[in-house]
Parts: sequence; structure tokens; C-alpha cells
Amino acid sequence: MSRGSAQSIRASALGIGFATGAYALSFGAITVASGLSPLQAQALSLFMFTGASQFAFVGVLGAGGGAVAAVLTAWMLGARNGIYGLTIASLLRPRGAEMLATAQFTIDESTAMAIANDADRGEARKAFWWTGLSIYVLWNIGTLLGALGASALSDPGVLGLDAAIPAGFMALLWPRLRDRQSWAIAACGALVALALIPVTRPGIPVLASALVAVAAGVLIRERK
Amino acid sequence: MIWLAILIGSVGTYLLKLAGFVVPTAVLDRPMVRRVSGLLPISMLAALVVVQTFSVGSAIAIDARLAGLTVAIVALIFRAPFLVVVLLAAVTAGVLRAVGLAS
Repeated sequence: MSRGSAQSIRASALGIGFATGAYALSFGAITVASGLSPLQAQALSLFMFTGASQFAFVGVLGAGGGAVAAVLTAWMLGARNGIYGLTIASLLRPRGAEMLATAQFTIDESTAMAIANDADRGEARKAFWWTGLSIYVLWNIGTLLGALGASALSDPGVLGLDAAIPAGFMALLWPRLRDRQSWAIAACGALVALALIPVTRPGIPVLASALVAVAAGVLIRERK
Repeated sequence: MIWLAILIGSVGTYLLKLAGFVVPTAVLDRPMVRRVSGLLPISMLAALVVVQTFSVGSAIAIDARLAGLTVAIVALIFRAPFLVVVLLAAVTAGVLRAVGLAS
């Protein structure tokens, strides 16, 4: 492996780390605005460590959806990491304790970086770990700063932090809207949730929208 | 209660990550499992956008959050980074409330 590619892997990994650290600032602030403590925000970033699930967890709690719906929503959004694990397992072939550690860092960005450098197992491993670790460190620093910043404010609602929450989900959704099919699934999920808000307990509309993804996954197969 | 939810939620998301490493490939590596797990974030994040924009408990309300979301979408179209998108939404809602144009 050339020294140049190792340096460029490191530079990209740090760039991705800083970008996700900026997400984490808003995660920390939104979590505190949703009624959780800075320590709870930090625990989520340290242990759950998968962005969409963390945002959804505090979003459902903040909307009054309750703990059970928050946990189920976080799990469903985290299911894709299991599929990433398939790819990482065959690419890096970690064993034993290394495998247990690798699993925790198997997220969108580290998987994408490992795949982008899959010509050589050593490079793929470097890309995976540099990306995973730089995100982990900066994600947790960002969470800490965002949570402490928001908890210093007397009333987060005055600053419009409640409006930052849907904007944050939109920013997470946006890069996934790649084609007509993904727009249609997003529109159906949104409509199902909107229709259910007045007639179900908070937390149920988001869980019910999972059925749209399941139905779409089944129907696509039947069409082919 | 929140701490218990954080614990159970985190153990579950970790086990989901680990599943890709320990569950036999034949069980997980099916086109439908891949598709559904990839589509779940799309439908659920869209639902979260709607719920966080329009719901007040079990009621639907149109308020400054919708203006914030609209500005956020414009910012995303112009490829603004995540933090800018979120800040613009917050500032929009905060200003509209401060001048009394929205609740």
C-alpha cells in the first residue's frame, strides 16, 4: 500500500469525523430540548452510537411517545447496521474480541469508507477504523458541547430549537431520496404518520410508518 | 425509566450491528431483508419529519416549525451542511415567534 493512499484515507476519515461532529452538536442540543439530561445524551452517543436511531429515540420521547415506542423506533432504524455487518464481516474478517469491537463501529460512514477502499484488506481495515474512531470521538465531543450549550439556555423553545428537530430529520432523510421509488416511500410514510397523529397515541404514527417499508420491500420482489 | 430505555435501546442496536457478524449469512443475506432494512430509514425518517413538524401530543398544529422546515428544505436543495440546515430552521422559527408572526 502506498503512503499517499494511507494519508488520503486518514484525511477523509477526519473530514467525515468533523462533519458528523457538527451533527452531534445539534443532537446534543435537541436531546436536552426534548427533556433529557446532558448525561443521558452522552450515554446515547457512547453506547447507542448510530445517529438516526439516537435522533429518533429522543424525538419520540420528546413528542410524548413513551419509552417503549422510542426503543422500538431506534431498533428499526438500526436494523440496516446488521446488513452493513455482513459486508464488513466478509471484508475485514475480524475474530473474537476484535469482532465484538468492530460491530460497535459498524455504521453508515465507516461501512462506506471500508467499501470504498476494498481493493486491499489492510486498506479497508484502516479506512474502517480511522473513520469509525474519528466519528466516535468527535460525535461524543459534539454531543457534550451541544447538550451543555442547550442546557445553559433558560427556554430552548424561544430559540426555535423545537423547529430544529424536524429539520434534523429532514437532513438525515434528504441524502436517501435518490430516486422516484424512495420519494414515493417517503411520501407514503409521511402520509401514514400524518393520518395517525390525531387517532393514535404519540409514538404509534412513526412505528406504523415502518409497515410502508415492509410492504414496499415485499411488493418490489413480486414485481420482478 | 429513560435510563432503562437508553440501556435496552443501546443493547438492542448493538445486537443488531453484531447480527451481521454472527448470524449465518444465509439467514440475513436475502434480497428482501436487505431491501426492507434499507427502506426502513426512508419511511420512518419521513414520518418523524411530519410528527415533529405538525404534532402537539395527539393534535395537529401548524406553527413556526413548518416555516423552519420549509427553510431547511431550501437549504438542503442548495446543499447546505447539516448544522447550517438545522440552525436556519431554529433561527427562522425563533425570529417568527419573537416578532409575533407565528406561535
